[in-house]
Formats: sequence, C-alpha cells, structure tokens
Amino acid sequence: MTTKKFMFVNRKAPYGTVYALESLEVVLIGAAFEQDVSLAFLDDGVYQLKKGHQTKGIEMKGFEKTYGALDDYDVNKLYVDEESLAARGLTADDLCVPVEVMSRAAIGKLMEEQDVLLSF
Amino acid sequence: MKLAILVNEGPYTHQASDSAYQFTKAALARGHEIFRVFFYHDGVNNATRLTTPPQDDRNIINRWSKLAEEHKLDMVVCVAAAQRRGIVDEGEAKRNGKDATNLAPGFRISGLGQLIEAGIQADRTVVFGD
Repeated sequence: MTTKKFMFVNRKAPYGTVYALESLEVVLIGAAFEQDVSLAFLDDGVYQLKKGHQTKGIEMKGFEKTYGALDDYDVNKLYVDEESLAARGLTADDLCVPVEVMSRAAIGKLMEEQDVLLSF
Repeated sequence: MKLAILVNEGPYTHQASDSAYQFTKAALARGHEIFRVFFYHDGVNNATRLTTPPQDDRNIINRWSKLAEEHKLDMVVCVAAAQRRGIVDEGEAKRNGKDATNLAPGFRISGLGQLIEAGIQADRTVVFGD
C-alpha cells in the first residue's frame, strides 16, 4: 500500500467539543493503515495533552490514556506549538506524553512536507 | 486532479457543508475527479433524509443527493460518528435494534478507513470544518 505523510492538526480543547476524541479515532485508523502519521497541537489543542484530565464532574469519558497508547501504534511524532503552550502558562513538563516542542514557524514547515493534513 | 473532500460540520448551523458542496460542484464543473466525499463529526447530519428546511431555503441534503446522482459521487458517512448522532441505514438499524432509518439517497455508511484510503488515493484532500 502507498504510504503517505498524514498530519493531524489539533486546535481544540479535549472536552467542550467532540473534535479531539473523534480526531484520535482517525489517528488510530491512519496508523492501522500503516501511514506515516504525525500530530500537531496548536492553540487550545495543547490542552489535550495536559496531564490529569478529570472528567467525572462533566460525566464524560476521559481519554488522556489514549495519548499514552499512541506509541503502541507506532505514532510517536507529536509536535506542540511553543507559543500556544506559553500563552497558556504551560511547559512540556505539564504534558502527559513526550512531545517535541517547536516554534510555530517550524510546525508550518512540517505542514508543508505533508501529503494529507487533517485539521480538527 | 483527483480530490477527496472531508465535511466536518452539520447542515444549516455551519457554512462548512455549504462550502464543501459549492467546492465539489465547482471542481466537477472544471473536470476534476472527486474520489470520495467523507462526512465526519456533525458532518454526518448532512445525510438525514428527514430534514425539512423552510421552502424558501436551500435543501442541503437533497442538494448532496442530487449531485451524487448526477456525478456518481461516492458519499460516505462515518459509521461511529453516525451511530452517535442517529444516522441509520437498514443494516445499522438491524444491527443496533432501531425501529427506523433515515439515510438519504446517495450516501452510504462505512468506516474511517474510507477516509484514510481517500487521503491515500487522492491528489489532494480538502477539509471543510470549523
């Protein structure tokens, strides 16, 4: 099968809308199809990786663990926008998985190299 | 050019669905090939035949169905997103014990693999969303 570079661009907070959860479902299918998968986290999307999701109060299924399981699917290219982190008072230490923190310009360059960009 | 279209928003609430339709129509008019139109998130709500907009408004669902018929479009609704939102064909109704179906003509329900396959096969994947 042809392998293409798929980047999933996550811009929204993990709860509040369904985008983050349903985006993860596509990521896993992309990995199952043995594509070259990477994820970028920008804007409120950086909150998806924040350690310690507590969803009991909003009666929603938490999915923080899924980010930790991505490595089992050979999905290990996670890029986080430095400016988005800084604007929210976060650093890489606040995140639940190892990531590469990059400048917005560097992420832009990576986007140019992709075959398919799916933004959620 | 061979194009894949992803529609991530529902009809009437968000312009994404209108824009996707206009783009698809324009691309076809220019002689491009549409490999597949895939509906995800609230985009699956573009596939309910029970929609009844006011008479002086556009019928977004019928418009998609008509375009699919005219151009033999492959319009796929994500099964997981459809189950969450109550978009049902006969197979799904039987499988999940539902007493009704509402999938509009020209649409079919299938898995997310169809989106990844479209991304692989098409020269460009164009996303319409929020």
